[in-house]
Amino acid sequence: MAVAKVAHLGGRTVEEVREDFPILDRTVHGKTLAYLDNAATSQKPRAVLDAIRVYYERGNANVHRALHALGEEATAAFEQDRAKVQRLLNARSKHEVVFTRGTTEAINLVASSWGDTFLKKGDVILLTDMEHHSNLVPWQLACARKGCTLAFIPLTPQGALDLEATEKLWTDKVRMVAVTHVSNVLGTVNDVKAITEMAHARGALVLVDGAQSVPHFRVDVADIDCDFLAFSGHKMCAPMGIGVLYGKEHLLERMPPWMGGGEMISAVHRERSTWNELPYKFEAGTPNVEGAIGLGTAIDYLHRLEFPAIAAWEAELTRYALERLQEVPDLTIYGTAAHRGAVISFNLGSIHAHDVAQYLDKEGIAVRAGHHCAQPLMRLLDIPGTARASFCFYNTFSEIDRLHDVLLAAVEFYA
Amino acid sequence: MNPFDDLYQEIVLDHYRSPRNRARLDNVPESMIHENPSCGDSIKLEVIVDDSGRLTAVRFDGRGCAISTASASLMTEKLKGLTVEDARAMANRFIRSLRGDDPVEALETMGDLVAFKGVAQFPVRVKCATLAWHAFLLSLPKASAA
Repeated sequence: MAVAKVAHLGGRTVEEVREDFPILDRTVHGKTLAYLDNAATSQKPRAVLDAIRVYYERGNANVHRALHALGEEATAAFEQDRAKVQRLLNARSKHEVVFTRGTTEAINLVASSWGDTFLKKGDVILLTDMEHHSNLVPWQLACARKGCTLAFIPLTPQGALDLEATEKLWTDKVRMVAVTHVSNVLGTVNDVKAITEMAHARGALVLVDGAQSVPHFRVDVADIDCDFLAFSGHKMCAPMGIGVLYGKEHLLERMPPWMGGGEMISAVHRERSTWNELPYKFEAGTPNVEGAIGLGTAIDYLHRLEFPAIAAWEAELTRYALERLQEVPDLTIYGTAAHRGAVISFNLGSIHAHDVAQYLDKEGIAVRAGHHCAQPLMRLLDIPGTARASFCFYNTFSEIDRLHDVLLAAVEFYA
Repeated sequence: MNPFDDLYQEIVLDHYRSPRNRARLDNVPESMIHENPSCGDSIKLEVIVDDSGRLTAVRFDGRGCAISTASASLMTEKLKGLTVEDARAMANRFIRSLRGDDPVEALETMGDLVAFKGVAQFPVRVKCATLAWHAFLLSLPKASAA
């Protein structure tokens, strides 16, 4: 067993940080919970839970309308949280930060609003062979509406994007490249900056699916120069139901509203309406204020732990987990790219991933099993699914040791 | 019994490790494959009905988890020799009690199938245990016409 390194998460140890997460001391089937399903959703620190409770106990009101103290406070908090997202992403303006329900809704917004306006028959959307269904199906729908086609950047045997093989895919018909920043199956971190450069040189736009990247390291949209980026709050310590679409202002300006209703309008007549300014044009109806407050508080919390420290500890966990998993006989890891995030998909001999996950659950270890919303990738790998362990900064070496030991026991059990 | 042991009972593990009536069914067309999209499991069935309307053979082909494999294996044993109507009734009863439409205790009157009683506590696994049975029900119109 390797010597566990000490994390320096904002000057605190991982044990101290774990105290911030009430759920982490619960037991499952009589065993201490080892939560290794962070790529599905992260747990929430007390700071976020408290902020939501305090909002409802002391500050609840609708935003952008009320001329009373509670309404003004709620509006100020909501807009402050937008500013926190803007600074986190290094976006130029608050107008470029649209609150959505999550990554899925953000991508659908672009595929519908931008797609329906700017795509023409025969145009091509370039995706990759490692996309989550949320960055595939919205484009399938857009293609069906507009008579466009999809093309896919292939993978190397290690599970990285084979950018050299894409040369023939870059026709003058490619209008949009939609690519995940970090694969939720393979863990691969894609060089989205290089992809953006390639796309822009050929006149195509780029949408980055940041669901698995924004929670784990600093993502700088100015540096990447992507045109759109989508992510979810719930994978980064915030509640479910809040997410963000970042879009360059000049693009969002030219896109029509996606949903109609309150808040997104300027003047409404019986037959027609005019639209509110950015980002409100894309935020019809009462927004998820609780979610935005939770997201803003989560961003503050992650800043206190320091993103470089989070990334460093998660890299340590991943390195150690890869080492220990390779000690398990007959265990196959899918995705061995050099640059990878804290996600490891694997299968154990011929044991079905669901059986592996069920056995781990018996011992209090939570992993995901299945196709991970990436059925085309599973078909490429010719497997029905995988088990997947994914880490967050609050995970420990001893949890990985437990994973290793229980996997050995599972091999015995199903033999 | 804890929920895990309740799920993976000895008889379930036995049918998983040594499935009965599993065969390569290359003759059954791809279009007859029944899938559980939540876990990527897929199953093909071959159901042979004689002139008197009895099931003389039920075979399965496919890959799946321990629960779906064991359920398919046990199903082939239970259905063999039944009339199409009795088999259909048994499949519906099994599915209904696992889905919670009927009390799960109904399984206690179904012989070895009682081994799947523990599955009802795991809603995600109900689909695994019922996959083969759904495939069987779907294969019936064709089989009866044969």
